Parts: sequence; C-alpha cells; structure tokens
Amino acid sequence: MENDVIVESKSGTLESGDAAVEEELLIEEISIDGMCGVY
Amino acid sequence: MSAHGLVEQLKGGLDAPICLTWELTYACNLQCVHCLSSSGQRDPRELTTAQAKHVLDELRDLQVFYINIGGGEPMVRRDFFELVEYSIAQGIGVKFSTNGAFIDPEKARRFAAMDYLDIQISLDGLDAVTNDAVRGEGSYAMARRAMDNLAAAGFGPFKISVVVTRHNVDQLDGFKALADSYGAQLRITRLRPSGRGADTWHDLHPTSAQQHQIYHWLLAQGETVLTGDSFFHLNALGEPLPGLNMCGAGRVVCLIDPIGDIYACPFVIHDEFKAGSVHDEGGFANVWKHSALFTELREPQSAGACASCGSYDACQGGCMAAKFFTGLPLDGPDPECVGGEADIALSMVGSVPKPSMDHTKPVVLGRKPIAVR
Amino acid sequence: MLDRAFELHPQVALRPEPFGALAYHYGNRRLVFLKHRDVVAVAQHLAEHPSLADTLQACDIDPIRWAAFAKAFESLESSEIVRERSRVG
Repeated sequence: MENDVIVESKSGTLESGDAAVEEELLIEEISIDGMCGVY
Repeated sequence: MSAHGLVEQLKGGLDAPICLTWELTYACNLQCVHCLSSSGQRDPRELTTAQAKHVLDELRDLQVFYINIGGGEPMVRRDFFELVEYSIAQGIGVKFSTNGAFIDPEKARRFAAMDYLDIQISLDGLDAVTNDAVRGEGSYAMARRAMDNLAAAGFGPFKISVVVTRHNVDQLDGFKALADSYGAQLRITRLRPSGRGADTWHDLHPTSAQQHQIYHWLLAQGETVLTGDSFFHLNALGEPLPGLNMCGAGRVVCLIDPIGDIYACPFVIHDEFKAGSVHDEGGFANVWKHSALFTELREPQSAGACASCGSYDACQGGCMAAKFFTGLPLDGPDPECVGGEADIALSMVGSVPKPSMDHTKPVVLGRKPIAVR
Repeated sequence: MLDRAFELHPQVALRPEPFGALAYHYGNRRLVFLKHRDVVAVAQHLAEHPSLADTLQACDIDPIRWAAFAKAFESLESSEIVRERSRVG
C-alpha cells in the first residue's frame, strides 16, 4: 500500500491516468447492502 | 491500496461490524417453507427489552452504523417500536425485514414519521400462486397490503426482498416493475439451504441454466437492484457483480439471534458457526473481537479443492452456508458451482448437518403453513 | 474543485479503521471506504480551511497527488459525504 505512494513520487509527474488510479486507491463506495451475510 | 487490497483487509476482519443482522424473535405468524431461521414459536430464552437495549448500547459504542432487524417476524414483539426507536436514538440506523402482516395504515403512518428507518418487505412471487406456495396462504395479499399502506402513508422508498427460487426466476423483470411502480427498491437474494431451507433446497434452488439467467439479469440491472452481495458465487461466469464479492460472515457482519447467541451470519445458525453469546463476559464486543470462531474466519481461508481452479479468485469458493448444509466440505466448491465442480461430491453426500434449533410450530397441515388473515 | 470550501456533511459519521476510515451518511445510507490515512485527515480538516487546496497544503499532501485528491473529493461530494460551504466562516 505504501509502495504505491513512493513509486508515484519518484516518477515526478502525475498524469491524469495516474490521478484516476490514485483516486481509486483513495476511496471506494460500497452499498450498505453490499456485504454478504445480512438480510 | 487497490480495490483488491481493500477486500483483503476486510477479510481480516474489523474492530466492529460494518452492519449486522439481529433476529429479534423466533416467533412468526408465517411458516415459510425455506425459512433460514426455522422460525414459528417464540423461544422462552428470548432477550428481554432491557437486555436488547443493552446490546444496542454496545453496538452504539462500537459505532455500528446500521442494523438489519429480522426474525421470525420482528413486529410480533410487543417492544418492537420501543427497540427500533431506541436504536435510532443511539445513532444506529435500522432496516427491518418483515412479511408485512402488521403494517396497517396506522403503523405505516407511524413509520413514515420516523427517520433513519428502512423497511424491507419479503415477497417471493408476483402472484399469490407463486408466492403463497412458499410463504403460505394469504401471505401475498398481506405483503401487497403492507406496500400499499406504506405508499399511502408517504413512507417513501421501501425495499422489496425476493428469495430467488426455481419458480420465480422468470418473474425477475416483473419484480423490478413492481418495485418501480411503488418507487421502491428491489432486492433479490440467494436461497441458502439453511433452516427449513435445507428441506426444500433440492426442489427450490435455481437450476444451472437459471443461474446463468440470474447472473446476466443482474449484470444488466447494474446497481439498481440490490443483492446483499449474495450472488458472488456467480462471478465465475464473467465480470464481477457489484458488491464486495466476499463472504462477510464473522469478518464484517454477523448475526445476533433472539436468545442473544452470536453466529457468523444468519444462514449458519448451527453450533459449528456459533461464536458466543451477548451474555458472555465482555458481551458482544468481546465475542466480535476475540472469539475463536471469528478469529479463525479472519485467517486466510484454504482454497482446498478449488486451489487449481482459475475461477477461485472470482467466486471465492462460494458460500459456506450452502456448502455446510448440503454436506460439502468448506474448502471445496459451492453446491451451485457454475463449473459443476460440486456435482460428483453432492451425489455422494450421506447425511447433512441439521440446524441446532428448530422453532417451527408443531401443527402443520400437509405443506400448508398457518397464515394470519 | 481545489478552490472551493468544503465540510463533512453533518449527517456523516467517520469511523477510524486500520486502513483509514469508514464514512457513513445516515441520511442517504451511502457508505464509503476512505482507503488512506491522508484522505481521512483531509476530510476531517476541510471545515478549518478556506479551500480544498488549503486543506491539502495544511495536511502536507504532496502537490503531485492533488489531482487525485481532487477527483476523490469530487466523488465524495457526489455521494454527499462532503458538501460545499460558503467561504465566509
């Protein structure tokens, strides 16, 4: 997990594709109904 | 952390559940043939109102955001409103699952005035013939009446929850249309061979061809239809369905049963999956954090016989309740494995585990359940 | 995005987790995993700063990551986990 951040800093530039990738690493929405084992 | 990394984290368990199921009572006015909790008669050891509120206090302290109340039929408890209101007052949102028998216009208006409350009405058929064959005579009418009463009272969006069976797979579009007509949200959920479901599993569970039908239908619905993440075993068929796509039992969810026993999930009410009791030293929190069962479930699970299968990453070997109650090993394929990997093993199964308790009412005329008018 | 002022929605609860935090909106029932400590810190400090950019700065977020954080907070805004506030107070 920390590795992702280090690699990104070393590259120096952040392209929009990288932004999308890191955004995915930052948040994830799941439905409150999206867990197996409840009614 | 990648999306995959999040799921791996969650498999290791959290310090508190994300949400959980709480069956308030084993009493029920219906006798559905597939009831996961074999409900019918109240258990004399049922938690008192005070004990139930103490559990809610614990959940509040753990910052559980949301609980799913069920049963049996939760509205048969005399303190139903008291407990729901207490939960909400503690900052715990409530969804309760009901057959709708007791949602008359006055109750519907009372619900409509409450905030942080979701209602899920069970329905297993688009008409009385299909529905009542599973849920009992009069149950279709009572569910529809409850929905009409909620709509008339201005409750807002409620949920309609359908257990998918061999006999209602072709009605999925109809269920969606019904939900849309009420401005309600449709939820379809997998039938597990749990509780009385064990007896009817072989007749009711979808066929292999129907599994494909369900999967493709769900893909087409996107996120508009809820599933409780109960169809992740079908992910072996292609792109994953929405949801965490993992078994949450003992990791991010669990069950508190009417007598305060804590199980990995509502589909495994059996000693094998009992983690402890709210009456134990340290209460619910201690069981959640430190029970032997939950600690074990939070260890990496063995793929066992599925290890060499390319689909394992997608389907995770399916549902442990489905495997356990059909007599299959937990480290092997799901009975409904889309690759048919369980077929041979199923044909060789001898006896299967029985639920630890059975609260089914003793008097049943043939297969006609007793239903309240 | 970066020059707008935000705050956590008042109906949102943040529950710390080993990976970051769970954010739950009691009103719309939406549940979001904040998957990094840094995004949790920014979310928690939003109301103290006149803009998202100022919040990122105050939380020592490397400017290389600002585009990603802006996208993440756009997402959080559309889920109503965070909302815009007027820049005055």
